This record gives sequence, structure tokens and C-alpha cells, in this order.
Amino acid sequence: MEDKKLLLDIQDLSIHYVVESGTVHAVENLNLSLAPGENLGFVGETGAGKTTTALGIMGLVPNPPGKIISGKILFEGEDLLEKTEEQMRSIRGGKIAMIFQDPMTSLNPVMTVDKQIAEMVLLHNKLTEQQALERAEEMLELVGIKRERAKDYPHQFSGGMKQRVVIAIALACNPTLLIADEPTTALDVTIQAQVLELMHELRRKINTSLIMITHDLGIVAEMCDKVAIMYAGKVVEYAPTEALFTHPGHPYTEGLFNSIPDLDSDEEELKVIQGLMPDPTDLPSGCAFHPRCPYAVEACSKGVPPMVEIEPGHFVACPVRGKPYLHLGK
Amino acid sequence: MAQTGKASVEFTGFAGVFHRLKKNKMSIVGIIVLIILALIAIFANFLAPYSYSKQNLAHQFEPPSKQFLLGTDEYGRDILSRLIFGARISLLIGFIAVGIALVSGGTLGAIAGYYGGIVDEVIMRIMDILLSIPSTLLAISIAATLGPGLFNLMIAVGLSSLPQYARVIRGSVLSLREQEFVEAAKAVGSSNFRIILKHIIPNCMAPIIVQSTLGVAMAILTASGLSFIGLGIQPPYPEWGAMLSGGRGYIRDFPHMTAFPGLAIMITILALNYLGDGLRDALDPKLKR
Amino acid sequence: MEQTHPMVEVTNLKKYFKTKRGMLHAVDGVSFSIRKGETLGLVGESGCGKSTLGRVMIRLLDATGGEVKFWGEDILTYSARKMKGMRKKVQIVFQDPYSSLNPRLSVSELIAEPLLVNSVYPSATDRNRKIGELMDTVGLARRLMNAYPHELDGGRRQRIGIARSLALSPEFIVLDEPVSALDVCIQAQILNLLNSLQKQFGYTYVFISHNLSVVKHVSDRIAVMYLGKIVELSDYKSLFVEPLHPYTQALLSAIPLPKFGKKRDRIILEGDVPSPIEPPEGCRFQVRCPYSQDVCREKTPELRELEPGRFVACHFARSLVPAAGKSGQQN
Repeated sequence: MEDKKLLLDIQDLSIHYVVESGTVHAVENLNLSLAPGENLGFVGETGAGKTTTALGIMGLVPNPPGKIISGKILFEGEDLLEKTEEQMRSIRGGKIAMIFQDPMTSLNPVMTVDKQIAEMVLLHNKLTEQQALERAEEMLELVGIKRERAKDYPHQFSGGMKQRVVIAIALACNPTLLIADEPTTALDVTIQAQVLELMHELRRKINTSLIMITHDLGIVAEMCDKVAIMYAGKVVEYAPTEALFTHPGHPYTEGLFNSIPDLDSDEEELKVIQGLMPDPTDLPSGCAFHPRCPYAVEACSKGVPPMVEIEPGHFVACPVRGKPYLHLGK
Repeated sequence: MAQTGKASVEFTGFAGVFHRLKKNKMSIVGIIVLIILALIAIFANFLAPYSYSKQNLAHQFEPPSKQFLLGTDEYGRDILSRLIFGARISLLIGFIAVGIALVSGGTLGAIAGYYGGIVDEVIMRIMDILLSIPSTLLAISIAATLGPGLFNLMIAVGLSSLPQYARVIRGSVLSLREQEFVEAAKAVGSSNFRIILKHIIPNCMAPIIVQSTLGVAMAILTASGLSFIGLGIQPPYPEWGAMLSGGRGYIRDFPHMTAFPGLAIMITILALNYLGDGLRDALDPKLKR
Repeated sequence: MEQTHPMVEVTNLKKYFKTKRGMLHAVDGVSFSIRKGETLGLVGESGCGKSTLGRVMIRLLDATGGEVKFWGEDILTYSARKMKGMRKKVQIVFQDPYSSLNPRLSVSELIAEPLLVNSVYPSATDRNRKIGELMDTVGLARRLMNAYPHELDGGRRQRIGIARSLALSPEFIVLDEPVSALDVCIQAQILNLLNSLQKQFGYTYVFISHNLSVVKHVSDRIAVMYLGKIVELSDYKSLFVEPLHPYTQALLSAIPLPKFGKKRDRIILEGDVPSPIEPPEGCRFQVRCPYSQDVCREKTPELRELEPGRFVACHFARSLVPAAGKSGQQN
């Protein structure tokens, strides 16, 4: 990882959920970093641990049953895990904002949209209510909603518009980091295009770094500078977007790409990854992916593979396939 | 939700319900009390030291003693034995009355909920009429019409609570009717009858169980009330409410005649309520899924 | 290549719902045909009517008008009894593997349902044998026979749904978003399964989905729906190489490609999908169409065959001219 002043530096983070049937190893020894102004794509399937990591950054892991076992989350040099709840409250929305998947449930149905944005503004700034409402209207314009609609209620907006309001709330206080958890998954494809276009535009105007949690590699290709692939609580590959798409290192990443029907090609059968995600209370020994991996060797079940830098900035946790300079052979 | 090959992380199904129920201490107490009561009811013949009807005029109004552990009533009958046999009667009334209410009310509610439209309107308006009459009053009217007797008492208590069950089940059916698995059953050609019986009702179990458990408590109370005013159980059968009534006139001098039946009623109702509350909570997480 | 009669012929099919705010035109005059062994993909966004169309086709919902002919006979006129017999031949797989299975029934009971209802294998031994065979066919381990849905993951549950639909040896299956609720890797497994089943048993599929990449992968022909009408219908290759209808073009351009550096010219549609309640005259799409002209507001375009096998419902197909005064201003 680079030595530049990092915006976010997660070191060795482990988060477990203690439930009746055992301990869910939601996040295991996670290492991740983000430089200022960068967009990171956080990719994985259901249960991989992406949302838990995001909640960990926000200090919103439900406790019980969740427990932060170890690690540091350094934001602008300070460890968020050491902060008090009061300190975190001023950070949430102020410096780090998060938007969630379902715009239907993210908005308060009995408050007008300008008031909801203003609420966020007032929490982190000493302004009068009038000034906050004015800022709210500015935000609405920024996300492409006409000012006249400021006094409308959420149910009067469509799904895509609601998500824009959610984005407006999140950006109202100019956060340095925005975490977006599957923000377009619940939207129709043409509406998703609108929202992604909006996020592009905003990126030009506002210098907020973005962590985009998604399972859609297409969105990652468009929006992100770097990508982290998660599997069973661990990051298995971490690379600049171009590198990931042109020469992925980890077998799971390869499998993900093979599972997506390619719009340009015509193959009949998809090369699937056999089997299923492991039970998070009963992870396989060694590399969590080895039972499903077509390249697994005996050593894979013995020790957890470390992340190895196979080319500058490109890390892979696989001793078998992630060999340095492998891409030169392609 | 994590997609895994093995069973999901939280317990679900009966195992899960029982597991969660175990954590609720009061409902465990409730279950234990009810089991004890049931055993008392079943083995009454062996447990009761005396017969419940044998009069013993030499020992009237005796307070609790070594010979008569809970004392005697105005006819010299042993209160403890009468309470023991009374358990059998009370529990019987409770369960059968609820059974009657469940089957009749449930059927009506299921039909109303599933078919909707005018069928729903007609049935529910009738239910509304019944609900507008306080259930105890309704029970009294039915009991008075049918005449005295254990069986008539059960019918009266059962029918008087019919509308509640109709409402509860109709609500469940309404929401389940829209579920995709009901559509799936239609798509393979299942008849409406089969869908209601095999697909919808089994999935209403949670509210049915909760309503029924609390319903048994209500039924016992109502039956006691009816016996108290002279309808329902006729002497010498030892129904707890009737025992309360019998001791009413002697409350100042011989409070034990009312205290013990009263306690019996109270303990039973409490146990049922704790169990019902616990079940409602234990079944809830399953519903949330 | 040509067969005498297509297996399915849908003519002017309509399904309207009465709502408080007016008549909802869920499916508004849809016509197409399907040949035996073919897969017709039905694509569109929410509210376009594709799911409703799938259900009306097999009479899970009653149609408001039109015809649905299977092997030349209009099943919309069938009596309840005749329809029950028909159910053996036309089946459906649902989208949500969580709500489409009765949580109280075990895997074998779920798959047995169609057999029991239609009295297909009166003896329990025969029935169980058939259930075992079906489980093998869809790739469900036989040891799961007595498992319950909540113990299984989405992929396995969907396999149960598929096994259930195959129990009566149908010939036609409506697949309503069968993989949308599944993770990408499981999705691929199920798609392969559906493909191999079709190869093995010759099923005819209607594959409903909002995901164009998935639809392209499985379909021979694709119909694009918008607000209750089919706006374009052609073979899968041509649709992607040369989309004719402006909506199809926008839809295709909206898909983020999982390829680096291939940023395409995105057509961003203005505004939201309008409501299917009391739709106005004229082309349904003209409000958002970057090429709309006056005639689009007045005259409803018919689905016409531009060239053999390629149908479009647009007045200006292949001669699209950007409308005056349309910029990127979103409301």
C-alpha cells in the first residue's frame, strides 16, 4: 500500500457476530486503503462481508450480536474504533456519509424532503433553520431535482428521484468520504443510468471519495479507480480497475467474470464456479475458497494465503494463480 | 441473507421457537405449571384424598387442617379434592371451548379472507354484530338458552369467542393469499379447498397458537363467571367458579372457601398468559422473516 | 426451418386492472407467436407488464381481452375442467425462491404437489421414484428430500421450483425472473441448468427478465416491452447489433458493461417511467423519447414487421431524427 497520506486505512479488521449456532466470521483480517479523491469498488456476493465492513467504518455494527474483534480503522490518521459514540456521531454525516440500497425505507415518509436534508445540515453546522433549508434547496438542485419540489414528501417521488434525495442528504455537509451500499440495485436499469450519470457529475464538482459497494462489475468498471474483491469476509484481490479487468489474479475473480453472460460473445454455457459460499460459522481451513477452486492444491487447505503484490498496486491472495508478473504471459 | 449450503445461521422452525421460548423464564414457569395441572387433572382419581361430592356434615366449614388440607366447604366436602377434580373440568372446558371457537370461527374467517368480495362482507358483518355484544353477555345468553350442563357451557363459551378467531384467521389468510406459493399451487391445478387447508392454514399457526393459548385462559374465566351466576355447571360438580360462588356468602367467616378456588383460577390464568406471551415473542422472529 | 403452426399464438392480449385512480393498462394489446422449442425473452423495466403477461398467458390471471392459442386452441375459452388438464402442459417458475415455496412443506412434498393434485402417480412408491428422478434432473441431492426451504439457499430453492414445474412433464414453461434474486455465481449455475433441460427435453420457454445480458444469453428471440406494449421484437443477435426502437437503444446503452475502457455513448432518458393508469393516446414512449415528433403524440404506432422477423412499434424506425429542443435537462 502506498505511503501517501491515506484518507482511509483499514488494518487487520475483524468483525464477528455471535449467534446461537456459532460465531459468524463476517470480516476477517481485512486490509484496505483509500487515497483522497479515489473511488473504490467493493465487490462481493451476498454474505461476503461488504456491508459489515461499511458498518464497521461508520461505527454502526449492531452490538450485540456484532463485535469488533481486532484491527484499526484509520480515517484521516485517527482510529475510528477508539472514538466515543459522541465523536462518531459528529463524524457520521459530517465527514463520512453512507447511503443504502433501498430508497423506499431510507427516507422518513412524514417529513418533506427539504426538511430531511436540512436536518442533516443542522446536525453538523451552526446555522439557522432558514439557512439550512436554503442549503437543502441548493442540494436538491445539485442532484437534479427542481427547487419547486422541495416541499414534497418522499412518496411523491419515484424510486430514482428518491435515491437522488438520499444522495443529497448524504452530501449536504460535504463529507470527505461517501459509502454507497448497492445504491442502484433496487432501481430500473434506465433509472440506474441516470443515477450513475449523476454520481459522475458530482464527482467532477465535489471532491468526495467514494466507496461503492456492489455486486455489479459493470458499475465498478465505470465508476471506480480501484477494486477490492471480497469472499467470505476477506479481501482476496485488490487492484486498480484496469488491472482487474484485463488480468484478474484470484480464481474467484476469474469465476465471477465467467459467471456473467457476456453481451458481446455468444457462448452457450457459462463456466460456473461449483458449489456454494461457505457457512460463515464454519469456514473451511486455509483459503476459504479452496473447496470450490479449480486450481486448488493441498497447500491451499493448510494456511490462509497472504496478499501478495503481483504488480505495483495489484494484490492477490492466492499463491497458486497470483504469481508476480503472470500477466506478461497473456 | 447469507446463502449457505448448510442450515442458516439462526434457528428456524420448531427447534428455533422452542429455543427462544426456553429463554423466557416466565413462560417456562407457565409450561411447568400447566403440565402439573394437566397431570393433576389426569390423575385426579389417584391424587384426591376424598371424593368431591361426598358430604360430611360433621365437618362443615372446617379451616385447613391435617385431615382436610385446604379445609371443607358448607357441606363438609374436602376443598382440596374438589379443586383437584375441578382442574379436570376447568381444563376440559378451556380446551374444548377454544376448540369449538377455533374450528367454527377459523373456518368462517378463512373463507372470508380467501374468497373476499361479498362473502367476506357478509361474514365479517355478522362477526361485527357478534362482537358488539360483550362476550360474557353473549355467553350468558347462549348458556341461558341452552340450559345448564357441562356440554352446554362449553358450547356457550366457545361460540361467544368465535368472532375473535374469525378475525385473527381472516387477517392471516388475507396476507398469505397474496404469497407466491399460493399462486404456485394454483398453477399446478390445486383446488381452492386444498389451497386453504394445506397451504394457507398451516402457515397461520403462529397467530392461532397465541390466540388459542390466551383463549383458554379467557374461556376458563368466562366459564367460571357463568358458573358463578348459576349457569353452566350444576352442583355437585366442582367447577372452580361455582366453588367461588358457593363460598360467596361465607366470605367473612370462612375465607378459605373462596380463597383457594380463587387462587387456583389465578394461577392457571397466569400460567396460560405467560405461556401465551412467551409463544408470541418466540414465534415473532419467525414471522419477521 | 418453418413449421406449419407456431405452438403458441398470442393475439391482441389485454389485461386491465381497475384501480381507484382509473383503469390500469398492464398489458395492452400484445401479439406474438412462439415456435416449439424456442425461447422467447421478455424484457422490460418495472411496470412494463411482462410479469402480468406471463401470468395471463397461462391463465393464472384472467385476461381482459384477446386470445392465447396453444396448438391452435384458445385456452382463454377453456372451461375450468379443461384448463386443469392444460395445466399439465403449461407451467411456471417464479422469481422469488423465498416466497414461492410453502415454508411448511418439505422438498419432496413441494415437488409432490403437482403429482398429487393431478393424481398422476397414485401409488406412493411411484411418486417417490418420480420425485427422486426430478431431483436428479435439477441437480438437487436426494438426501435433501426431507429438508425444508428455510434450510436451503436461494439457488437450491430455485431448483425446487424448477423441479416442481417439471413434475407434470410440461411442454411450455414461463420463467418469471428465475435468476433475479440469486447471486451471480448461483445465477450462472441455474442458467446452465435451464439451458441443458431445454436441450434434453425440448421445452419451450418464455424467459421474463429485466436483465438484458441474461436474456440475451438464453433467448432465441427477444420482445422488449414498455408500458404494456411490445415495442420491439426480433432475434437476439439483431436486437443487440441494431436496436431499432429508441427505448431498446436507451435500454442497451444504460447497461454498465463489465469491461474496462468501454465507455459507450449513453442515452439518458429524461424523467421517470410514466404510470400505466389511463395512458394517453399516441406512442407511450414519446414523453421520454429523444426523437419524438408531433405525430408520435397523436398516433399510436403499430408493431409492424420492418424486415422478416424484425418487428418495431415506431413511426420512425431506421429514420430517427433527434427532436428539436431536447437537451440533458432532467427535472
